[in-house]
Amino acid sequence: MGRQSLDLVEARQCCGIARLVAKVGNKNDELWRRFAVAVPYLWLLVFFLAPFAIILKISLADPILAQPPYSPSFDSDGSPAMSLGNYGFLFSDDLYAITYLRSVAMAAVTTVLCLLVGFPIAYGIARSSTETRNLLLLLIVLPFWISFLLRVYAWMGLMNNYGVINTVLMWTGLIKEPLQIMYTDFATAVGLVYSYLPFMILPLYATLERMNMDLVEAAQDLGASRTRAFWDITWPLAKAGTIAGCLLVFIPAMGEYVIPYLLGGPDSLFIGRVLFDEFFLNRDWPLASAVAIVLLMLLVVPIVLLQRAQARDEEQAA
Amino acid sequence: MKSHSRFILSVLAFGYAFLYIPLVSVVVYSFNDSSLAAVWGGFSTRWYGELLRNEQVLDALFLSIKIAVTSATLATILGTMSGMALARFGRFKGRTLFSGMISSPMVMPEVITGLSLLLLFVTLQQLTGWPGQRGFSTITIAHTTFSMAYVAVIVQSRLVAMNESLEEAAMDLGGRPLRVVFDITLPLIAPAMIAGWLLSFTLSLDDLVIASFVSGPGSTTLPMLIFSKVKLGVSPDINALASVIIAMVTLGVAVAWLIMRRNAKSGPL
Amino acid sequence: MKNFIHIKGVSKHFGDFVAVDQVDLTIAQGELFSILGGSGCGKTTLLRMLAGFELPTFGSIEIDGSDVTHQPPYDRPVNMMFQSYAIFPHMSVSKNVSYGLRKDGVAKKEVGRRVDEMLELVQLAELKDRKPDQLSGGQRQRVALARSLIKRPKVLLLDEPLAALDKKLRERTQFELMNIQDELGITFVVVTHDQEEAMTLSDRIAVMNGGRFEQIGTPKEIYEFPHNRFVADFIGTINTFEGVVTVVQEDEISVYSDEAGEVLAASGKQLVEVGQQIEIAVRPEKIFIGKEKPADSDGVCLEGTVDDLGYLGNRSLYRIKLASGKIVQVSSQNRRRSITRFLEWDDKVWISWKPDSAVVLLD
Repeated sequence: MGRQSLDLVEARQCCGIARLVAKVGNKNDELWRRFAVAVPYLWLLVFFLAPFAIILKISLADPILAQPPYSPSFDSDGSPAMSLGNYGFLFSDDLYAITYLRSVAMAAVTTVLCLLVGFPIAYGIARSSTETRNLLLLLIVLPFWISFLLRVYAWMGLMNNYGVINTVLMWTGLIKEPLQIMYTDFATAVGLVYSYLPFMILPLYATLERMNMDLVEAAQDLGASRTRAFWDITWPLAKAGTIAGCLLVFIPAMGEYVIPYLLGGPDSLFIGRVLFDEFFLNRDWPLASAVAIVLLMLLVVPIVLLQRAQARDEEQAA
Repeated sequence: MKSHSRFILSVLAFGYAFLYIPLVSVVVYSFNDSSLAAVWGGFSTRWYGELLRNEQVLDALFLSIKIAVTSATLATILGTMSGMALARFGRFKGRTLFSGMISSPMVMPEVITGLSLLLLFVTLQQLTGWPGQRGFSTITIAHTTFSMAYVAVIVQSRLVAMNESLEEAAMDLGGRPLRVVFDITLPLIAPAMIAGWLLSFTLSLDDLVIASFVSGPGSTTLPMLIFSKVKLGVSPDINALASVIIAMVTLGVAVAWLIMRRNAKSGPL
Repeated sequence: MKNFIHIKGVSKHFGDFVAVDQVDLTIAQGELFSILGGSGCGKTTLLRMLAGFELPTFGSIEIDGSDVTHQPPYDRPVNMMFQSYAIFPHMSVSKNVSYGLRKDGVAKKEVGRRVDEMLELVQLAELKDRKPDQLSGGQRQRVALARSLIKRPKVLLLDEPLAALDKKLRERTQFELMNIQDELGITFVVVTHDQEEAMTLSDRIAVMNGGRFEQIGTPKEIYEFPHNRFVADFIGTINTFEGVVTVVQEDEISVYSDEAGEVLAASGKQLVEVGQQIEIAVRPEKIFIGKEKPADSDGVCLEGTVDDLGYLGNRSLYRIKLASGKIVQVSSQNRRRSITRFLEWDDKVWISWKPDSAVVLLD
């Protein structure tokens, strides 16, 4: 696109046309700009940010038999009636701690598996010729467009005691009795990896595709082995995108509900289920809120890391 | 391009097999005459017939589509505005918060988003009397909120890649800023907006957890219906439904691919 | 020619970075003016301030008597031709060219007439309905030109107009640009890093460096009478000699230079004193070269050996090493056709130049 002198680049980064218009344009121009920002801003403040404040407020309340089933935050005389009772309960009962830990562990395992399988796939696609590349990408995305629920359901058919996997294994004589695959943590992991794989592959592909393969070839030309070239050249450049991909899997996987329910069985302990059950089965909204807040606390660090990794990745692209 | 190492090829093969085997097995079993999905009872299309007669399924499908179309359209409008603000408005006041809010819904666990929105609606009802009956409008609002994040990201990256000189040239020739948006910017980001709409549509159609939280009696979406059946185990009419959806999506994607290929061929010199 | 554009004390700061540093400039109506400089010198920022895409941090800009400093680009009587051409990809050639007129609300019939007229001028009439992705680079440039001229702006700004063209096309387009400018009488302000382009096109040139103007003048003034080392070095090649002033006369001074091992002469009324350390400069093509010492040398005469040479077809370049070790670059037209070379490596040669070929560099 021609050479950009330093001063031009600085100008664009700092100010943007819209800001200029704000200074020199007339009232109408400025108004439209404000409108364009204000509407989505307000929407997000009301429907995204404010709810978190409400969760916090309700987590400090008590459950009561009423509609809605939580005590008001202020007494009739106006003094605050909030308590940390729910949090106390959470921290006192071991079951919750175990559940949080299991969720973190499961999310971590899922992330690692997605990375191990996804990275070579993304790499392979990025290095393919342009026509094959588009087809391969489309094939990765296609299952994504099919209802995720139905795909998990498909795994149920494969993994249950009379499902395809067991049938094939028994037919080949490898096992005598059907393996209990369903309703195990293993099944949950398979389901999670299956569902989140595209979320790992797509960002990884975007980063790898941008990379200049000439660098790798140059390294190999200078005598580096394939693996050496990978670790010295490819990996450092792909790092930011990889971190982003991992966090894009880890964060939502922490709070998964459906997959552990369907594949892990009614007894599997994961925090998404706990939240859902406390809310719908026990009708204990304050406790569910407290569970949500603690989950959020656990996720704050990864979320911030993700936004930083994404920013770094964008910078590298520029 | 270089040939791939054996390692890469085998991982690619395994990866694609992993992604597609479950889908193939569902389609195969949808033609199974026996109602015990594991046992093959002969080829039959009766489950498809039953599907068409099932009013519950049809109602849920209709509701889900209504919600999906509405929320996708709203999300595209709001997401495009957000994407433009982030890409073109420089460092405006409150930008960091805005940017953070835009990217968060994409990663937030669904149980948290669902819970937070339900509590919001309950509080709103206490304070203002709306929404009295949770259903179409609340689910649509919820879906719009998380979908607009995706649209914003897609639109933003398309804008960042676009030559800003185009908009400057239009202004230089006498176009006022708003005019330039309609003359130049929107036509050029149209493909990104369409992609965003399609993505939002899919996400909405597919959503189970959030819909479960914010819906009310009488408004059952398709995923909610499927989930209630699937909880009880594998069932053949769900196989049929799944196969129909798989077929439609495959068809849609194949058409899209053909269009893409045709455009690429008759493209720039 | 009346003075048309007044740039007064204009500066542009981006945070701590000063892109343009208090520049003053006056451009006459109908002039073809170039701002010449390397990347990062501030020329593009200055152009963007003229167009209205940047707000000067200090100073003012006047065009045809009115202050446009705070006018947005869509209100100014100025149009710009962008380096990337910025042709709207989703519009045909005629829709592109007519965009400005349509924004002004000009009647449809009139728009059609003027588009046809403009396309004739840039020789693109048959491509009226083509889409940009069906055009070559040179054709796209003409669309950009037509689009920016159709509104008869008071000033046309051109950002590196010839940068993307290959050499042959560039030469042709240079003359076309000059003819169009002549015909329409519009004031052109060109920004470029290519000195040849600036020299060919311009009535006057401003050489810019680090946000400031080093020199403003006609191409001849810039080339033959560079004010300082930067300007001398930037345009073409230059030989410089450091020395001490020995004699100051009416039109000529004498300078003793260690590097040359001799007294050199330089011309012009210079404000120098005896004993002052100065630098003088001579262009390679002003130096005569030969195997024998020239008989009538009223100028300078130095002896050296051929250190390196290059044959360029129409001329030959020589690097001559003097006794002191200094290298002097000499350029000589190949006036005679012959298979053998005029000079060979390590030949002993005499180089000479007339006193008025050397100029004193200030600063």
